Amino acid sequence: MSAYYAIIATRFRALLQYRAAAAAGFATQLFWGLVRVMVVTAFYQSSTAHQPMSLSQSITYIWLGQAMLAMLPWNVDREIAAMVRSGDVVYELLRPRDLYAVWFSRILALRTAPTLLRAVPMFVIALLLGMEPPKTAASAIAYVVSVMAAVLLSAAITAMVSISLLWTISGDGVLRIMGALVMLFSGLLVPLPLFPSWAQTALDWLPFRGIADIPYRLYMGHIPASDLHWALVSQLGWTAVFVLIGRLMLWRGTRRLVVQGG
Amino acid sequence: MNAISLYFRYLSVTLRGKMEYKWSFLMMALGSFAIAVGEVAAIWVMFSRFGSLRGWTLPQVAFFYGGVNICIALAETIFRGFDLFSHLIRKGDFDRLLLRPRSTILQVAGQDVSPTHIGKVAQGLIVLLWAASRLHVAWTPAKAALAVAGIGGGVCVFAGLFVLQATMCFWTIESLELMNILTYGGSEAAQYPLSIYRPWLRNLFTWLVPLACIAYVPSAAIFARPGAIVPLLSWLSPLAGVVFLALSLRVWRIGVRHYCSTGT
Repeated sequence: MSAYYAIIATRFRALLQYRAAAAAGFATQLFWGLVRVMVVTAFYQSSTAHQPMSLSQSITYIWLGQAMLAMLPWNVDREIAAMVRSGDVVYELLRPRDLYAVWFSRILALRTAPTLLRAVPMFVIALLLGMEPPKTAASAIAYVVSVMAAVLLSAAITAMVSISLLWTISGDGVLRIMGALVMLFSGLLVPLPLFPSWAQTALDWLPFRGIADIPYRLYMGHIPASDLHWALVSQLGWTAVFVLIGRLMLWRGTRRLVVQGG
Repeated sequence: MNAISLYFRYLSVTLRGKMEYKWSFLMMALGSFAIAVGEVAAIWVMFSRFGSLRGWTLPQVAFFYGGVNICIALAETIFRGFDLFSHLIRKGDFDRLLLRPRSTILQVAGQDVSPTHIGKVAQGLIVLLWAASRLHVAWTPAKAALAVAGIGGGVCVFAGLFVLQATMCFWTIESLELMNILTYGGSEAAQYPLSIYRPWLRNLFTWLVPLACIAYVPSAAIFARPGAIVPLLSWLSPLAGVVFLALSLRVWRIGVRHYCSTGT
């Protein structure tokens, strides 16, 4: 266990060094957030009907999404991808460690360190720009707990996509398809409560709600903090499913592995 | 003429190279398609919830979306080399281009062509044509010509932005990711009518980067919105894109003159 902890800690510290990239990412996310807020405000001003979320809640939802964007499964660990492409992945197979756990540890660091660098300044700015603070202290705690589960879920999806590289070598296509699914169905493009009511059941049954929508709504009290356990059941259940799929894929992949290059 | 045939030769060589990886190419195209479908779905969700956007309808916004995506995708396809320019600078490979008796603009643009962006053009076109058929606009040759001119001007604006982004590499070596705010941020913002935004954003994409001249102004004239500006001006507005590209290329030439190799 300590070996995996060491991998997480080392990668985490290494990834914290990319401050220039984080600053650029922060500026881009801030701009995107401002544009999105203006668009959603204009939509709310166009209709007087009662909406499932207030404008202020939608704005908070958008800012949370911009702050936590790096946490979503939108990219893979570059070194894992390079290993698969160059064939160095054989060295990984020689090590007396569980390969899935090694990769999962690296990915956990990838999903947390860059997010931390961007989220902290984004929260400060967004709170000044009109994002609401957490509804209650209980909501804040529920949010933090649920975000941790979301990190695990996101890492499990990232691991599955990374392992698919064993088949596709250049995984940009799979990554884009996954990115498109995640962006739409986790709530990054449009807050999920604004989807038509008939779509809500379908969204409930998809795994992507747990990456973004559930923690964000716990934050603003749109899901009461007392329902946290249901959120966790869904998030951790899907995490288990993706870990299982990932492990199965890795097992099959390494049995038929043809190493590229020499 | 020689220059253009040379450019197409560059294109065909890169394309043939890419097609060697058919599976990867297909997945990339499919991935871009999925992203576009997601974006259109998001716009549809908002309209199904709110009905309209300050008086603008879904087909009108889809018209903006399709048009702007065609513009940026065409610019990305043709000027892809400028997007990847920082690699060229960092490795010192730009020195080689300087030795050849051809324009640097042509050589950098021909460096790479991205076929997945051609797929994005097709997706934009589908959305645009759907929107055009739902707009309740009496299409005349003049209006169609204005739409084409707007798209032509838009390609120039985004191409100019890619050239400017590459030009900065002469001084910074690194590619400046902040420019993404103007390129991709611009295409994101121009998917909606600029009138819904606050003044600072509207001014940014009107006076600094003339996206308003190629998207908002021609479209408002085509939709015959009340308050659309005088016809002559809306006809001239796509020219702003051409001027923007010309200015960007001038800045590029200044950059080339100041180029100092990294030596690697």
